[in-house]
Amino acid sequence: MSDGTETPVVGRGAAVIREIMSGGAARALLSVVAGFVIGAIFMVFSSEEFLAAAQYLTSRPADALGAAWTAIAEGYSALFRGSIYNYTAASFEASIRPMTETLRFAGPLIASGLGVALAFRVGLFNIGASGQLLFGALWATWISTRVELPWGVHLVVAVLVAILGAAAYGAVVGFLKARTGAHEVIVTIMLNYIAAGILTFFFRTPELLREVDGGGTPKSDAPAESAQLPLLLGPEFTLHAGFILAIVGVVVYWWLMERSTIGFRFRMVGHNADAARTAGINVERTFVLAMAVSGAFVGLAAANQALGVRAGLTPDIDGTIGFDAITVALLGSSTAPGVLLAGLLFGAFKAGAPQMQVIGLSPEITGVVQGFIVLFIAAPPLVRAIFRLPPPQKTTVIADWWQKLTTKGDPK
Amino acid sequence: MKLELRRITKRFGALVANDHINLVVNSGEIHALLGENGAGKSTLMNVLYGLYTADEGDIVLDGVVHRFKGPGDAMAAGIGMVHQHFMLIPVFTVAENVVLGHEPTGILDTLDLDTARKLVREISDRFGFEIDPDALVEDLPVGAQQRVEIIKALARDAKVLVLDEPTAVLTPQETDELMGIMKGLAKAGTSIVFITHKLREVQAVADRITVIRLGAVVGEAKPTDSAATLATMMVGRAVDLSVTKKAPKRGEAGLSVAGLTVIGDRNNKVVDDVSFEVHAGEVLAIAGVQGNGQTELAEVLVGLRTPSAGSIHLGKMDITHSSVREVIDAGVGYIPEDRSKDGLVGDFTIAENFMINRSYGPPFAKGLTIDFANRERIAAELINAYDVRTPSQVTLAKKLSGGNQQKVVVARELSRELNLLIASQPTRGVDVGSIEFIHDRIIATREAGKPVVIISTELDEVTSLADRIAVMYRGRIVGIVDAKTSRETLGRMMAGATV
Amino acid sequence: MSTVVTPGLFSQVDVSVSKKTPYLMAAFAVFVLVAFGFAGKTEIVAFQWSKEDDLIHLPDFLVASNVVGLVLGTVLVAIAVFSFVLAQRTRVTPLWLTLVFGLLAVVALLAWLAAGNTLPFAFILGNAVVLAVPLALGAMGGIMSERVGVVNIAIEGQLLTGAFLAAVVGSLTDNLYLGLIVAMIGAALLSMVLAVFSIQYLVDQIIVGVVLNVLVLGITNFLYAQWLSNDGQNSNFPGTFPIIPIPGLSAIPVIGPALFEARITTYLAYVIIPVLWFILFKTRLGLRARSVGEHPLAADTVGINVAVTRFWWVAIGGLVAGLGGAALTIGAVGAFGRNMSGGQGFIALAVVILGRWHPFSAAAAALLFGFSIVLRIWANQVSPGIPTDFITIVPYVVTLIAVVGFVGRVRAPAATGKPYIKG
Repeated sequence: MSDGTETPVVGRGAAVIREIMSGGAARALLSVVAGFVIGAIFMVFSSEEFLAAAQYLTSRPADALGAAWTAIAEGYSALFRGSIYNYTAASFEASIRPMTETLRFAGPLIASGLGVALAFRVGLFNIGASGQLLFGALWATWISTRVELPWGVHLVVAVLVAILGAAAYGAVVGFLKARTGAHEVIVTIMLNYIAAGILTFFFRTPELLREVDGGGTPKSDAPAESAQLPLLLGPEFTLHAGFILAIVGVVVYWWLMERSTIGFRFRMVGHNADAARTAGINVERTFVLAMAVSGAFVGLAAANQALGVRAGLTPDIDGTIGFDAITVALLGSSTAPGVLLAGLLFGAFKAGAPQMQVIGLSPEITGVVQGFIVLFIAAPPLVRAIFRLPPPQKTTVIADWWQKLTTKGDPK
Repeated sequence: MKLELRRITKRFGALVANDHINLVVNSGEIHALLGENGAGKSTLMNVLYGLYTADEGDIVLDGVVHRFKGPGDAMAAGIGMVHQHFMLIPVFTVAENVVLGHEPTGILDTLDLDTARKLVREISDRFGFEIDPDALVEDLPVGAQQRVEIIKALARDAKVLVLDEPTAVLTPQETDELMGIMKGLAKAGTSIVFITHKLREVQAVADRITVIRLGAVVGEAKPTDSAATLATMMVGRAVDLSVTKKAPKRGEAGLSVAGLTVIGDRNNKVVDDVSFEVHAGEVLAIAGVQGNGQTELAEVLVGLRTPSAGSIHLGKMDITHSSVREVIDAGVGYIPEDRSKDGLVGDFTIAENFMINRSYGPPFAKGLTIDFANRERIAAELINAYDVRTPSQVTLAKKLSGGNQQKVVVARELSRELNLLIASQPTRGVDVGSIEFIHDRIIATREAGKPVVIISTELDEVTSLADRIAVMYRGRIVGIVDAKTSRETLGRMMAGATV
Repeated sequence: MSTVVTPGLFSQVDVSVSKKTPYLMAAFAVFVLVAFGFAGKTEIVAFQWSKEDDLIHLPDFLVASNVVGLVLGTVLVAIAVFSFVLAQRTRVTPLWLTLVFGLLAVVALLAWLAAGNTLPFAFILGNAVVLAVPLALGAMGGIMSERVGVVNIAIEGQLLTGAFLAAVVGSLTDNLYLGLIVAMIGAALLSMVLAVFSIQYLVDQIIVGVVLNVLVLGITNFLYAQWLSNDGQNSNFPGTFPIIPIPGLSAIPVIGPALFEARITTYLAYVIIPVLWFILFKTRLGLRARSVGEHPLAADTVGINVAVTRFWWVAIGGLVAGLGGAALTIGAVGAFGRNMSGGQGFIALAVVILGRWHPFSAAAAALLFGFSIVLRIWANQVSPGIPTDFITIVPYVVTLIAVVGFVGRVRAPAATGKPYIKG
């Protein structure tokens, strides 16, 4: 039942381009570019050469500009060398190691990003990824260092326990929100600190999880060999099966949110909880379930952190993953392919850190770039204004074409 | 003050909400703006009040052209508005609400509430409103809140008073009182613009009538014109809103409600010892002014609220404490009062909206996955059968017009096997064509031998659809009467008089 | 015929008020009574009211630890019973009573921890006030923002910004007052970003807040690592404001030294809190601000500019929060450390909710949290028996319990969190 507004063939090309430019993918890409630009600015002002040359900017501007350009080039090429391909390396293995490092770092970011993304789509803010990760890691470490199980089974159980532990910690948040209406942002952040305290306590107490022959610092034993995540590319590289876990997570997430009825109901609650309640959905129970599943995805990251190492764990094994997960989810627009790509990008940032440190640039700069990327992503109209992108289009040339491609028979 | 609107045009994208509208209101005149839902009346008034800026055209007051950059300018020029949905702050007192925006102050910008109270009392006494300036607005009944709205406008020395659908929340008697107030104001020199879609009221109080349809002025009419003439001008074709139905085929009791009591959010009995029966093949209408417990009654019937006493039976099945999902599975169809809040998920496609209350199994689900092929097929059928005007089934529901959205909800509910249909305000905010369609479908359900409960504040709808009418007032059923009862009696019942 | 308006619409019913508060109170009261009273320590606690150099010197109050536990525990049980009775009569426990309960419970805990030692009460109270100041100021900023309808998750970022700028600018310029002003302006700029994004660009306010926090943390961490840690002497050595005793008031025993021998940041807080209360509830400005937070459309229709009102209240709230951030560094310890605010911005948000968006109640709640943070510092020295990690998380546990247990579904300003879209 068409209303008679067919897009004329001649205008289709232009419509396609306009639709692409106004869509979410273009905005995400441009936000990344804008973030890199800001990062470049920070690099310039951290360069001693530039600061020195800037003293006499008016008399010899070329020096300052040259120093600025050098700073930027050095900074980003270091990032590239550390995260993608080290063109100065001696051997083949050493030259592709950066890529494997990126994948290794990306694994837990993707997994926890999926958890936060799922929560977003149900209308919840899961700022508690780091707490859920620590809690899952605690139980995984218990299995991997204090319990003996046969080969193969040991690893599987340890991973399962990580997932369940993180899921349980997430479910607590959902339960508190459902029962008491408590603001989940405050609850999750408090639980983060509490989890850190509990984990530190466990790692400090010899009877619990502290390493044998340990000293004053809280540290656990290394996970048993039978519980470690196996290496994927042989002993030359550190990439382990944690990445596989993340990929499995991406597939499961996609199926859950786009194809399953559970995901359908999650999305319903996220869009309109009132209509969902009228349609028979138990919204409170959905919150608990959603936070538990969200925690479960974070649990994959917990397994990654707890079982992907060969040495003992310290209480800061969550690193910055908690907040990184939020940025990954936001940049990825809470979709499966988006989170995957965003996780890879931010994993590259982490992998590039050592190389940047070598040239004297504090790796915290990637945190700055990351933050600005997400700031731009969070404000679609802002990016649109900066880059003069067209507003969301009313033509549906791409959507129509996609629909023809993916549906059998006549849609009407 | 003489008000003139010259060639006012307002567009929202491709939609022309107001199309070169001309309107002249003389001093001391009650001028009715008549049009059906969606005709553009509210948009026009929002332009007059400064909330929107017109794309073309002029606002002229006593011969002077005005440009309003916001409501502040309009109010300074002497235009006062009584909104359909009250613009009152519930947690503030009457006095605070009345002076908001032009507060009397003392030293250091402190609020001079004594002056505010005096102002409220003075206006209230002048027109016999009897409003306590220190009462919290949220504690006041709806009719009183409307009076606060009027005081608000008068406190700013309004010379032109615009009333936007003011009688939606009033009993017939309160409506008569309001009309008395309007006539009093007009005699004192205030020009009044009275927006409505109710023919009866227009004939009772207007001096002149301007009819709007689809954003443009259709013509002027006189209050002495017949209702049929006015209706035809309003809709553009001969309209017969009366519904033909055969005599009821009453079967056994479908829905039985006994001693039902519900405690509301403010610790009061919003549903107070309600009992009634609806038989198969019969339509029972719950009539009453908005805010007397009908909303809560509908919610408790479908399981969205728990009763503190009483019972609900569907046939022999006790559904008093059933969850919403159990009630749906028991075959109860529900058209909620607020379709965009409770009836549809605006960000879902139309196809997805057809399955929001049936996602656990066939036909929309195969195990844990969505059955996309089936959903597509069913959606296409329903869109066709219920004449939903949409470019495709994957259009987002929020993009549809009010009438089409309601048709999606109706289609979804009536396409199931039902043992009971509950329809709450089924045609609120819906265009006339869709109203006719929905009324037909409701009657068809009745003909098919199902019990039907209609909850409506529109007396015309109630009298035309119902076999029996139960009137609610302050949570109680004042009486259950035959559909042929006079409007006058019904009106008195709606104000609390027992039969 | 005129209709008489009757207040109240439907027949009133005596329905029970939730018993959550009395039950929680009872649980805590029994715990205090048993753990600190009956099973408490018998050693003597010396409540030290005054310090060496006080004008009026009160003698130490010596009492057995378990006696304190018994007495206070009994009082707490009485309060819990009273709360229960109120609930039976369908009346809600007043907020001040809950806060008094909290404070007494904390005193009992302190007495238990200090068994066999001195309890430097004045010292603790003074420290609690100092620690409460950033929380209270952050909460005032949060109240200003939320009262006009803008959720401010970025208080953490504002505190961090204020702390950083105060320390660095104060250090570089050797002028603490300049550092203070720059800190306030910096935090205000941050909140302007929040305001613009949520008002103009209609972004979800919570997301913007979270993102701004992440951003500020990243930037301050980077600058700390790249600059401050290498050049600390120059850039991160501001010192602190001098302590200024108020003559007369500071001589009052017990509370005098605690409240009236403080730095200027504390004194500014004493002024800001009542001023904010006055403006919000007694002036025209405050009435309009609250109307924007409750029903922006209604405010718009009477000519109030919603966007401008929101922008300025959020911005000035940022100034106040920046002051709170400065209190963390130049108002307390001096130099800036990584992640200096450590979650206090979120505790401030909890304080806003616990204080029901009222400046005085929020200040009282902030004091309660100040006590719980003092505990962390002091209990470690006194009673090493308890694992340090558990002491560390006490403030967070207290916040969690407060938000979950005692707050319930309070009524925020009705339009908080929703962007206002004009037709």
